Amino acid sequence: MTSELLKINNLHVTYDTDEAVVYAVNGLSFTIDRGETLGLVGETGAGKTTTALSILRLLPNRIGKINEGEILLNGNDITKASEKDMRAIRGKQVSMIFQDPMTSLNPILTIGDQIAEVLKLHNPNASKSEISERVNKSLEMVGIPADRKEEYPHQFSGGMKQRVVIAIALACEPELLLADEPTTALDVTIQAQVLELMMELKEKLNTSMLLITHDLGVVARICDRVAIMYAGQIVEYGTLEEIFTGEKHHPYTEGLFGAIPDLKKETKRLNPIKGLMPDPTNLPSGCKFHDRCKYCTEKCAANEPRDIHIEGDSHIIKCHLFDK
Amino acid sequence: MDTSLVEVKNLKKYFKTPNGLLHAVDNISFSLKKGQTLGVVGESGCGKSTLGRTILRLIEPTEGEVLFKGESILGYDFHQMREIRKQMQIIFQDPYSSINPRMTVSDIIAEPVRVCKTITGEENIQKAVNEIMERVGLSNRLVNSYPHELDGGRRQRIGVARAIILNPEFIVCDEPVSALDVSIQAQILNLMMDLQEENGYSYMFITHDLSVVKHISDEIMVMYMGQCVEKAKKNDLFDHPNHPYTKALLDAILIPDISEKKKRSNLIKGEVTSPVNPKPGCRFAPRCPYATEACTAGHVPLKEISPEHYVACTLFQ
Repeated sequence: MTSELLKINNLHVTYDTDEAVVYAVNGLSFTIDRGETLGLVGETGAGKTTTALSILRLLPNRIGKINEGEILLNGNDITKASEKDMRAIRGKQVSMIFQDPMTSLNPILTIGDQIAEVLKLHNPNASKSEISERVNKSLEMVGIPADRKEEYPHQFSGGMKQRVVIAIALACEPELLLADEPTTALDVTIQAQVLELMMELKEKLNTSMLLITHDLGVVARICDRVAIMYAGQIVEYGTLEEIFTGEKHHPYTEGLFGAIPDLKKETKRLNPIKGLMPDPTNLPSGCKFHDRCKYCTEKCAANEPRDIHIEGDSHIIKCHLFDK
Repeated sequence: MDTSLVEVKNLKKYFKTPNGLLHAVDNISFSLKKGQTLGVVGESGCGKSTLGRTILRLIEPTEGEVLFKGESILGYDFHQMREIRKQMQIIFQDPYSSINPRMTVSDIIAEPVRVCKTITGEENIQKAVNEIMERVGLSNRLVNSYPHELDGGRRQRIGVARAIILNPEFIVCDEPVSALDVSIQAQILNLMMDLQEENGYSYMFITHDLSVVKHISDEIMVMYMGQCVEKAKKNDLFDHPNHPYTKALLDAILIPDISEKKKRSNLIKGEVTSPVNPKPGCRFAPRCPYATEACTAGHVPLKEISPEHYVACTLFQ
């Protein structure tokens, strides 16, 4: 058995809308090992959520299309799996925590029923009392007393709802957890509690995790490896140490770090990246970042940069600056 | 000159609910000098936004006083209020819902001028709009666009432009950057600080993001369930937090720095309790690791523990 759980090779995803073709993911590759947490960092519209939806094959019908590339889960390409196979995978092998706990729960079902739903689907032969027992265990695992399972989502606060969502996602002990901005909608003190809980459970169940976020503070706290995403591509990929303390970085990564106010240093002004994300229906030629980049040369506008390996294999930067 | 531009004294706002009185803002006092920024931090539901709106009388306070340039504005009638609002503006949190989708960019920015009649003549108004748009970094070709054609960052620039076109002295900024991406957030923060330097605006900056508040403020007030629990100069607050809630908030910040990774300190337990008919005493007591009987016995006042550093906690009484 290899340690590689998920491997994505050269993935291309588009949304074909009536008005235009949106190039959401453009040649994305990464791997996640067993028990590892990969942070996928980028701004709105970078293609982070599209990547996660592709792994679950939940792209909108007829509009979202995987045009190229493969997604290997335990060596099986799931881009070619049938809908029936996917149903067996979703919730069992791969599950997802959505960003907004307020809208990802069904308001007219009790939370106990919502946890039971995934358990029943994947354990068709289990008896009622077994399911009920496992619902209780799932709730206790996320720190909610089991006697609250008869309550409805509106009776819970935001942080508690997100705990319920986590309980649903982890009910079948999946191998891979996709967490799409799991704490963005929560207050800081609650965010810290939920992150702590997620780390603890991940450790206990030995789950791998793809954590989608725009918050580098969250990444520093819980990830092992980091992929920085821009306009549907990974522009920098490396271990936590390489990204946070390494010397060499993609200009976009530099910009992201420069845009965060530093708590320890007194800075007069921040150093944001100028301009805006490119329009995904009309991406620039060459390097997708070139028109916002302060080191841009003629080469950048003309040719797309290769993935350059920096000192050792794990650190990859997609930039002409390092291509010698 | 050492007089305050805005002074708030014992301001209270209670909302009537079917279950009792909701104490949204409870006994808040502060003063803000010209050209300074007061940061107000706290979690959702602690009354930050209500406080901002009550000061501008967008919500009528239940009790207390708001002085603008030494004069109480709470007794002002409609016309006086309209006059004074030229000098007091607000920037709202959500750039998606705070601007009228059926107005063009230039109409949105010109509206305050048209309402207050500070500039007359269509030509002059257009000129002023163009100047302001250039100042906040909106390109001229957008004058006739509608908000839905623009992204969040540009919309928030409209919000800023609309607030500063009357050249106010005091601006309430209600989470102006929380709906934006980090790189755009940094652009807007820089813009706001540049404008403050040029024009001497005073900001009341409401946010839940502690690194943003440290970056932009001179003084910081920490709120918990409608009350001010700690108030100090920003460096003093970050270097010597005293109230257990302030400490917990600072501990909960996730810093993009992996050398901090190993340190994991006192996370606070539980969640914010209900602000409806709150029990007497410290409202943080149910979550506080140092809580004693004294905390819930009676009112815990703010106390000055070092110059200009106020804390409301029984540990320091």
